Amino acid sequence: MISGGLDSLLAARVVMEQGVHVEGINFYTGFCVEGHTHAIRKKDRARPKRNNALWSAEQLGIKLHIVDIIDEYKDVVLNPRHGYGSNLNPCLDCKIFMVEKAHAWIEANDFDFIVTGEVIGQRPMSQRRDTMPVIARDSGAADRLVRPLCAKNLPETLPEREGWLDRDRLHAFSGRSRKPQMALAASFGFTDYAQPAGGCCFLTDRQYSVKLADLWQSRGRRDYELDDIMLLKVGRHLRPRPGFKLIVGREEGENKFLEGYRKRFVHMFPVSHTGPLVLLDGELGEGDLELAARLTARFSKGRDAASVTVQAGGPDGKVQTLDVVPLPGEDIPADWYL
Amino acid sequence: MTDTFLDARRLLCPLPVIRTQDAVQKLRHGQTLRVLCSDPGVLHDIPAWCRVHGHEVLDIQEAEDEIAIRILVCNPD
Repeated sequence: MISGGLDSLLAARVVMEQGVHVEGINFYTGFCVEGHTHAIRKKDRARPKRNNALWSAEQLGIKLHIVDIIDEYKDVVLNPRHGYGSNLNPCLDCKIFMVEKAHAWIEANDFDFIVTGEVIGQRPMSQRRDTMPVIARDSGAADRLVRPLCAKNLPETLPEREGWLDRDRLHAFSGRSRKPQMALAASFGFTDYAQPAGGCCFLTDRQYSVKLADLWQSRGRRDYELDDIMLLKVGRHLRPRPGFKLIVGREEGENKFLEGYRKRFVHMFPVSHTGPLVLLDGELGEGDLELAARLTARFSKGRDAASVTVQAGGPDGKVQTLDVVPLPGEDIPADWYL
Repeated sequence: MTDTFLDARRLLCPLPVIRTQDAVQKLRHGQTLRVLCSDPGVLHDIPAWCRVHGHEVLDIQEAEDEIAIRILVCNPD
């Protein structure tokens, strides 16, 4: 299982050193940080972009199979048997689910075992001495799950018993220190690798989790579609009323991304001044369109003008123009911001 | 031979790569796939995916906000 981080890169390489044929598998949940916001935001476009899992596969000289698990993953996010971490991150259930999927994949493709970069004590939920056996058991992979970086701290697995892997050439890493991994990376000649540990999933992000919880609360049900979770990554989110929310583009790249949703949402943008594209999510009550227009004006270059002209459009194609006074900053309660 | 066409516009990476992977799996050795994308991340990711799987990128064309990548499927066995 190749995440794109250092540990999975090393784990695969340790096994390959023993002459084992390895192919990589990587899962896409929709919550993966991997490049999305960089792709959207114009100011980030100059930053080098690479998919770290693909990059790892290239370093290793192996194939990489990227699997879309967006729909199936919903149940993991919505109903985690083992609960959430400090935010809406269901790390233990996530790991069990991914190993289960990997196990099904190896059975379908005639592979013998699964390799992960897990290290005992590395992460608070999914990489603990008491939870790592749970992953092996609940995923169904059992002793076909090998963790080469900490294998000597764990019971023997099938590949070790069968002699496919020499246990003596596996490792006994533990804890949060990265030094053993960095030393091993250096011994393999890996000098450039993704910075590891924790930053790969939006669900571990507090602000993102707040927005996701708000989405569920406002809809009265815990559910989401891919577009929902993509939109939570973009723009400034304000909820002036329980029933509706504004998503305000913060710069040109975000405005362009939000444009793709104009046929699905009531939307608005200033025409007398430069400013954001704003999507209105939810049911608009009396006065809400004008309030949204005043907020749109507030986030435009006309924020200090006496009047800003805002054009609003709906999914039905109807267009209307509103001349509004920009809402003063002090009139925007802090709790509107998600 | 006519290219098979894949529209991956408005998808953000890695989805264009996944859709490319799925489309290539349905093609035979020597067939070509033309993928149309809007995420500039594909400029790196689709060629990288092709390299690790042994497929060949024949051509990349960039226009404003759109990128077209032509792939030759190489599955000799």
